[in-house]
Amino acid sequence: MPRSDRPPLRDALRALPATALAAVAAGGAIGASARYGIATALPAEPGAFDLATFLTNTTGGLLIGALMATLTEIRPGPHWVRPFLGVGVLGGFTTFSTYIAGIGRALDAQAALLALGYAFATIAAALTAAAAGMWTARRLIATARREGP
Amino acid sequence: MTLLLVAAGAAVGAPTRFLTDAVIAHYAGRRLPWGTLAVNTAGSAVAMFLAVAVTDPLWTALLATGFCGALTTYSTLSYETLVLAEAGRWRAAAANVAANLACGLAAGLAGFALAHLATG
Repeated sequence: MPRSDRPPLRDALRALPATALAAVAAGGAIGASARYGIATALPAEPGAFDLATFLTNTTGGLLIGALMATLTEIRPGPHWVRPFLGVGVLGGFTTFSTYIAGIGRALDAQAALLALGYAFATIAAALTAAAAGMWTARRLIATARREGP
Repeated sequence: MTLLLVAAGAAVGAPTRFLTDAVIAHYAGRRLPWGTLAVNTAGSAVAMFLAVAVTDPLWTALLATGFCGALTTYSTLSYETLVLAEAGRWRAAAANVAANLACGLAAGLAGFALAHLATG
């Protein structure tokens, strides 16, 4: 798009409802608290696989797949649902920075295989979980529609 | 107390991600998920800097676990990659994962090195 066609950034940001921003903040606080709870229950030993973050990011993938399939293919729901649950709760629950820190800690401990294994296991598991979440939501939607009202 | 600090950091980090994504999408469009790449890269740099520079567990809870943890995201990265793959854009999907990993690691290393330089 040519530059002249683009409305000013100010207008684009003003178009974001304040309720959406508040929903993201509240959801983020809830999601991050849940992540902290799991990390406290399964503390990562130095030089070992960070199971808590792995499970968090995998579960978050499963839930975002199911959520987005539901919101985009059945009904969008009220305008705050995606900001609250998707961007806020699941975005705050999952983390990329702790994942990178986990790879860094393994590399720092000279555990190159662990770093590699953790890096690729998380990617594979999170993507598979997101696909499974989407697929399951679609199946449930299709079944509900067949038996529908 | 620690839980409250995590929640407070995340209450700032998550909206920062939301706004950064909106600003980047405004300029770069939504054909490729640049916004997520940006927050994941920046958050990795800050988190690795803090891992060296900050030893107080309360500051770590607020800034690293809370703010950086919520600024970055794995769920959106997974979802956006899946959307690219479902659209048949396999190369873009693979590049998205590779770019997040490479930029996150490079930024993390930079934050780590900077913190060592700064703290001596």
